[in-house]
Amino acid sequence: MKKSHILAIGVIAVAIVIIISTAGDASTYVNFEQAYQLASTGSSTQVHVVGQLPKDGAGQVVGIEKSTDNLSFSFLLLDDNNKEQKVFYNEPMPPDFLRSEKVVVIGNYQNSQFIAKKILLKCPSKYQEQKLNAGV
Amino acid sequence: MHYLIGNLGHLLVITAFVTSLLSAFAYWKATTLKEIKEKNSWLTNARFAFVAHVLAIFGVVAALFTIIYKHYFEYHYAYAHSSLHLPGQYMLSCYWEGQEGSFLLWMFWHAIIGLILIKTQKSWEAPTMVVFTLVQAFLTSMILGVVIPGIDLKLGSSPFILLRDAMDDPIFKLQPDFIPKDGNGLNALLQNYWMVIHPPTLFLGYALTLPPFAFCIAGLWQKKYVEWVRPALPWSLLGGGILGLGILMGGYWAYETLNFGGYWNWDPVENAVYVPWLILIASIHTMITYKNSETALKSSIILVIAVFLLLLYATFLVRSGILGDASVHAFTDLGLSGQLLIYLLFFTLGAIVLAIIRWKEIPSSEKEVSTYSREFWIFLGATTLCLMGFQVLLPTSIPVYNKIIEMFGGASNLAPPANQIEFYSKFQLWFGVAVALISGTGQFFWWKKIDKEKLKQEMLTPLLITLLLFAFTIAIAKVYNPAYLILTLAGLYLIVSNFKVLFTLAKLNPKLSGGAVAHIGIGMMLIGVMFSAGYSKVVSLNNTGMLISKELPTEFNRDNLLLFINEPRPMAGYDIEYRGERLEPRRKSGYINKNDVELTLDPFKVVAIKDIVFQNKKLYSAKDTIEIFPENTFYEIELRRDGKVAASLFPRVQINPAMGGFIASPDIKRKFSRDLYTHVSLPMNREEEPEWGKLEEVKVKIGEEFFINSKYSTTLEEIRRVDEIEGVKLAAEDVAVQAMIKVQGEHEPYTVSPFFLIKDKSQVGRLPAEINDLGIKITLLNILPETNEFLLGINARQKDWVVIKALEKPLINVLWVGTFVLMIGFGMAMVRRFKE
Repeated sequence: MKKSHILAIGVIAVAIVIIISTAGDASTYVNFEQAYQLASTGSSTQVHVVGQLPKDGAGQVVGIEKSTDNLSFSFLLLDDNNKEQKVFYNEPMPPDFLRSEKVVVIGNYQNSQFIAKKILLKCPSKYQEQKLNAGV
Repeated sequence: MHYLIGNLGHLLVITAFVTSLLSAFAYWKATTLKEIKEKNSWLTNARFAFVAHVLAIFGVVAALFTIIYKHYFEYHYAYAHSSLHLPGQYMLSCYWEGQEGSFLLWMFWHAIIGLILIKTQKSWEAPTMVVFTLVQAFLTSMILGVVIPGIDLKLGSSPFILLRDAMDDPIFKLQPDFIPKDGNGLNALLQNYWMVIHPPTLFLGYALTLPPFAFCIAGLWQKKYVEWVRPALPWSLLGGGILGLGILMGGYWAYETLNFGGYWNWDPVENAVYVPWLILIASIHTMITYKNSETALKSSIILVIAVFLLLLYATFLVRSGILGDASVHAFTDLGLSGQLLIYLLFFTLGAIVLAIIRWKEIPSSEKEVSTYSREFWIFLGATTLCLMGFQVLLPTSIPVYNKIIEMFGGASNLAPPANQIEFYSKFQLWFGVAVALISGTGQFFWWKKIDKEKLKQEMLTPLLITLLLFAFTIAIAKVYNPAYLILTLAGLYLIVSNFKVLFTLAKLNPKLSGGAVAHIGIGMMLIGVMFSAGYSKVVSLNNTGMLISKELPTEFNRDNLLLFINEPRPMAGYDIEYRGERLEPRRKSGYINKNDVELTLDPFKVVAIKDIVFQNKKLYSAKDTIEIFPENTFYEIELRRDGKVAASLFPRVQINPAMGGFIASPDIKRKFSRDLYTHVSLPMNREEEPEWGKLEEVKVKIGEEFFINSKYSTTLEEIRRVDEIEGVKLAAEDVAVQAMIKVQGEHEPYTVSPFFLIKDKSQVGRLPAEINDLGIKITLLNILPETNEFLLGINARQKDWVVIKALEKPLINVLWVGTFVLMIGFGMAMVRRFKE
């Protein structure tokens, strides 16, 4: 066998490993139900759940609990199936959290609680403002 | 309304578009025609058209700059990206905040490079410039802003669009000539010197990948399969250096400005330029092999084409809005995605079809390369770099797969890996090891003819030195993780073996040593990355045990620290203490204590209450008006060791509506061996009214000492009668007194003066005084003439606080120094190749 053939086989092998691992490590967008089922099978895979913060009649976000030292907080999140779930996050609450339209939590269930490792916020009008600002 | 400049700019954009097409056509003619005379006349036309194109581009740049610089807010670009208060040096950054400006920047570099090519490459001019001018035509079309009549198709997004056309605000119906007083301003995160130079550098890197691609296509087209490598190589080297520098500048900016705790986040936008850079480096290596030994021509062609196409793909990913859900900082869709896709597909199909047609004719060497040859090792290295790029490209494209599946009616819920950093690092680390071992070993084959015996001889000393250094490093740095051990070893091996080559070459021919220097830089970077990322550790661990819920698992520990003002806590071998909020003056360097100034109606100006001293230097005198940046607040954090101040850090919090409201930037204490990286993770909300505790009363005589909160020694120094309060004159029958009270705080005494007032002989008024740093409020409640005593009321509130996070980053400076060394290496190699 020529060296170039060995090299080619090596390259293909590595490429296959990369493809398989990408497919295996890619996370998924799921709802809380699916995330819970996944965790109850013993898997500790991290998933993405997209949801909204529940609001009361006056438009105030409900269900936020901060620790006394402000170092962590929990909140309620409504997923696309309208299932409400308490989510814990071990970082201080991002100041713009309450204004976000959509929240993506990345994490998993641990003992029937959803622990978020990361939170992505989708804030309204992040780039495009459609109203002129003050000083008009 | 300044219509002229915008119309002129728009006209110039159209001119640039038309001239680029004309020039492309003329160069095409000049390439394909056989007759010399005709050829030359088309060439003259083509050059004329290209020069006109370049002038038009310069004109567009100047027109847009005029609009920004003169604050013509009737234009959307000036309104959206600039403001009256924007410091002059950041006016340039307004360009690249918007997509149109960054396209313009890219075209600007192409224009300059095109002029250089015309001047220097006589025989290659016509065919390469066909490619060049076509690329320019596509780029210009992105900012064309022309609606094609009949089919109602909008081509490009013009930077010269008026605000009233861009925005649907009712005011324009009432008042079409309305001009806002001020602009929206440049995103304050971009008001940073790195953001002035990072985008031009990066886009110069982008632009520099075009000449090699153009030479390669011209070579295939004109059947000069071999000759194109020589003129292309120096451009690839320059591009590799500049693009690498541009990428790392972005990383350095992120390290200094953002708060994710690093310089590289494996965000799709970052990955999109990292992949072409890797392939560019691979292509440089195969081209060098080819120049020396006639092998690897085909792989050079594939790689050079791939670099350019990957950059177009990166442009598509970043600007089409497809990454919207996956990236934190991709551009939003400007409605250009279709145009971008056509741009990408045009060159992809064109290049691939051309390569396939010519494939059979490309000479290739059938000779089997020996394991002991330089070519074999370089080829192995290039292959590794390609796989390294492939591993990043595949997951980065996940949003693209989802889109494609959706296009065919399917549904895909694939998301990027949940922990991107861990996912990419676990592969890239081993690729890094492979690259280090291959390029370290490959260097021994510099002299081509070397056999097993000679190799052993050559390698012995470097190997011994490597092992010695390795033992020394791990003993000091206490590295135990097996993967990190191997990476350290490989990195050291790369450095040592290249030092050996460097010494040998220094004697023979120092001009050739660029490669060795560049590889030493890479070795240093690998080691710097490994330590700073692998051994980065959170030092601000919270150990108070106050959790939000008892049901939480025990690993739910927190990485942040709550600091109350002037109350030190131990952290990372220091006593760390929060000293209060600071402002930054616009015109002087230093920081101003917020308590020392008064706000004015203009948010950009404050007035000093007393002399402002920063680190024993007087910055301002009392009553001076000081210009400040109102969006930024700095939190002074003092680090002390053995009672001595080791550092004062000023992490920043920026109110930034464009980024969702709030951005914290770190401040970094740099030492050669490690950086201490600190940022605010939660500031106090100043808009909430503080909750005051219940009033405590004390009766004191003048000169009597008492304690507030049982820790602050306080003295009532003086009571004086006044006839005005805060500039308001009192009536003759009113009585007012002012108490001078001195409170000894943790660091300094505070003197406050509450007022007591009797108006119209019966009404009592009290004006309390607050000491912000101590969280107390003192009121002069009553005067008791019988006992010569005064009744003071004291309220306390929770003291000011801030929540911070601090990380330690060991050996990160090795990464920055390594980058610098790499750039020197690129520079040396390039100078040599350009001279050839």
